[in-house]
Amino acid sequence: MSNQTMTVVGGGLVGAAIAYGALRAGMRVRVLDQGDTAFRASRGNFGLVWVSSKGGKMPRYASWSRDALKLWPNLQKELVDLTDVDAGLEQPGGFWLGFNDADVRARADLLERIDREVGGIPFKMMAPSELRQYLPGIGPAVVGGSYCPLDGHANPLMLLRGLHAALRHRGAEVITGVDVAEIRHHRDNGSFEAVAKDGQNWKSDRIVLAAGLGNAGLASQVGLHAPIASTRGQVLITERLKPFLDYPTNKCRQTREGSVQIGSTSEDVGLDDGTTTDKIEVLARRAVETFPALARARLVRAWGALRPLTPDGYPIYQESASCPGAFLATSHSGVTLAAAHCYVVGPWMAGLSQAPAGFEVFTGDRFLDPAASFSHDH
Amino acid sequence: MTIEPLFTVPHAPTNASVTIMFEGSPLRVPAGITVAAALLVGGVREFRSSVVGGVPRAPYCMMGVCFECLVEIDGVPARQSCLIPVREGMVVTRQCGAAHLDEFSFGEEL
Amino acid sequence: MSATAADLVVVGCGPAGMAAACEARSQGLSVIVLDEQPALGGQIYRSIETAPPDRVAVLGKDYAAGRSLATEFRDSGAEHLRGAVVWNVAHSGAVDYVLDGQSRQIAGKSVLLASGAMERPFPIKGWTLPGVLGAGAAQILLKGAGALPSGPVVLAGCGPLLYLLAWQYLRAGVAIAAIVDTTERSGYVGAARHALGAVRGWRDLAKGLKLIATLRRHSVRFYSGASELAIEGERQAEGLSFLHRGRRVTLPASLVLLHQGVVPNTQLSWSTGAAHRWDDEQLCWLPETDRWGRLGETPIYVAGDSRAIIGAQASATQGRLAALAIAEHAGRDVDARRRAALIDQFERQSHIRRFLNKLYRPADANRIPRDPAVIVCRCEEVTAGQIRGHVELGCRGPNQTKAFGRCGMGPCQGRLCGLTVTEIIAEARGARPDDVGYYRIRAPIKPVMLGDFVD
Repeated sequence: MSNQTMTVVGGGLVGAAIAYGALRAGMRVRVLDQGDTAFRASRGNFGLVWVSSKGGKMPRYASWSRDALKLWPNLQKELVDLTDVDAGLEQPGGFWLGFNDADVRARADLLERIDREVGGIPFKMMAPSELRQYLPGIGPAVVGGSYCPLDGHANPLMLLRGLHAALRHRGAEVITGVDVAEIRHHRDNGSFEAVAKDGQNWKSDRIVLAAGLGNAGLASQVGLHAPIASTRGQVLITERLKPFLDYPTNKCRQTREGSVQIGSTSEDVGLDDGTTTDKIEVLARRAVETFPALARARLVRAWGALRPLTPDGYPIYQESASCPGAFLATSHSGVTLAAAHCYVVGPWMAGLSQAPAGFEVFTGDRFLDPAASFSHDH
Repeated sequence: MTIEPLFTVPHAPTNASVTIMFEGSPLRVPAGITVAAALLVGGVREFRSSVVGGVPRAPYCMMGVCFECLVEIDGVPARQSCLIPVREGMVVTRQCGAAHLDEFSFGEEL
Repeated sequence: MSATAADLVVVGCGPAGMAAACEARSQGLSVIVLDEQPALGGQIYRSIETAPPDRVAVLGKDYAAGRSLATEFRDSGAEHLRGAVVWNVAHSGAVDYVLDGQSRQIAGKSVLLASGAMERPFPIKGWTLPGVLGAGAAQILLKGAGALPSGPVVLAGCGPLLYLLAWQYLRAGVAIAAIVDTTERSGYVGAARHALGAVRGWRDLAKGLKLIATLRRHSVRFYSGASELAIEGERQAEGLSFLHRGRRVTLPASLVLLHQGVVPNTQLSWSTGAAHRWDDEQLCWLPETDRWGRLGETPIYVAGDSRAIIGAQASATQGRLAALAIAEHAGRDVDARRRAALIDQFERQSHIRRFLNKLYRPADANRIPRDPAVIVCRCEEVTAGQIRGHVELGCRGPNQTKAFGRCGMGPCQGRLCGLTVTEIIAEARGARPDDVGYYRIRAPIKPVMLGDFVD
């Protein structure tokens, strides 16, 4: 049990998971969250709990994702037991579907290389006839696919709700409607102060910046570098349908409620979270190509969510050297990594356990290397 | 189940009516009205069972904003019956819970 | 998907849409009207062209007055696409719609949103049971099908439409079991302050008084000041119970018609990202527009009841004024006298409005359910208690509440729960509805089959 306090700036999927992890490890935790119209990447998260093809350019990320998947059932059960909120985890395995032979071959190469470099990430390439045994009704446009038995999906919104309920249940202070503008570091005693736009402020011994898109502006105030840009993903969701799809696929999954989620685009449009007719059409057409029966499903909602993305697409987890006790966490995969953020990152950032092995690769400083160039797979 | 209808059309011209099928039984209804109106006049009280709780539902707004009047028409599920005019020979069934997709075929297609 | 151009694309074919189309045509603009319904008239003039004479007589003079507008519209040369379901209006003036199972797009140099009004939700216990409809729904059945209640009917709520329907039913020989009136005493007090406006709108006032006099003459059972309404029944409506003069009354009924006013259908205006403000008098959201109805710097205008509840006559006039502004924007010379005459006409047609708003202000308890078990979101079956629970969990507005609780995620896209959710959250937080906000409404504003996007 620690008598230190920790402020987590950001109550989204990353912030809430880290805060909860710190809380259950014994830290006193306060979460500062924005209001109703915040961008909230959780609303854009596709809900996949997924390792397949992750970490192609960073093996440590592949193993991090692989291990996160193993921890997920614990988080699912813990949230149900504590709060009655069902985060909807299902891990039946997942499919990537390809529409041309070149893509399928490239996929096979990628998965084979990752499994060889990292280990413990099995996969099986399948021809349409075999795919059809798992995904009946798959369309003729699908020429092949890959299956990973570790993959699955969950409900990002229920996960967030469960984490918030758990935070409150265990006595965290959660303050909503806050826009943090400034972080102050008091060198004399090492403490921190988070200051909101309206002047309110909160003091703590430790601070975690988990503000998604907001991290870019706050990072430098504690000596960290976090070049986070936003990428817009347009997502479609249908009316509730009777169950027909037992496995999640990378672009199309049926939720537990029965609605089919179809995604997503990846666009560089700054902070525009609108939707566009042309992309809605592209997504709809591809969904119908994948599962022709979806032609009769009704689109009920479409939205564009802004997701934080680093230049290489991989996370930043880092403690500040100039302001010890200040941390930054950003990740594109708030659902897949939720359990790891909770059980591993939370206690580390609370100072109650060591940094996970090999975490040096996740510092934001890697983007300061003038000789390096970055691209992401999203 | 059909019992006494909640609504009637007292001056329905007898030569202007159509026969539709509802849950396998024929229903003679005035021509030129919406399917929702026709079912109400034909004595239908429950149009569907709700998606979440499976409880009985029936039209509320009659203008296309409430989505309570959903029924399956000619094999297409969850249609807003207040926006669709009746046609001779139309086959209508209750919408039980969520819509289902077409039976999809295996193997060769298109 | 093809894009064809017109000077003006109008969404909706009720009084505002038809009048705007006529006025724009007389200014020499090309006009396309996208109409979700199979025939012109919107809701208020539904079936105006095909209604038989005896039905028109039952419905009354105001309905019959729609015929001349319908004729003017037919003769105007505006193109009328029926069964066209608009699902998106972009700032560029592009309008996406589904017609005959295909999604299509047309581009208007200007777009006029004329989607009219819908009935205010009436979230009381049992309101989702079969046999409970809006009074407006019953009127649609009368107009569109000539359908009348087959047995004695209970009408409950307040507002001109409720009394108008009762009057129409009497003329048609329908047995009215009772009118359970929820008009509050404070309504009379508030309305008295606008008595001058009522007097200036004396034609409307006289109409209303004559209507009510007819009801009294027919000795319709009238319960004034009713509160704590609840629909009884398990699988369908079996009765309406309420508090009247301190005593609980239960009336047996298989058909209960509820009504507490109409509200603007703001789905399209919200979806354009336009600012809306909460109006405390009308208790709903109103799009912020310039004097003629323009949304910001876009080529999109709003006119009629979807801009604010003003009634059919004023809606038509406002549609014409919007069309003149659109014509002017397109470089046409607008006759100042014509405009001035329309402005005058609009003033006259609006005199009664504030009086009616105050008098028939829906009671708080009928908008913000006290009973936690009352269903607020009909599609996803989310109750008032569950919504208050999400506020306790930190949800500050409808969007987080929707994310946590699924209210607003069903096919009606928040139309029937949105106002209630905003007001429940505002009350729970002790905040103003303007600070709480509304659902983020986006395209598609009506569900679209995925197959409609495939050629």
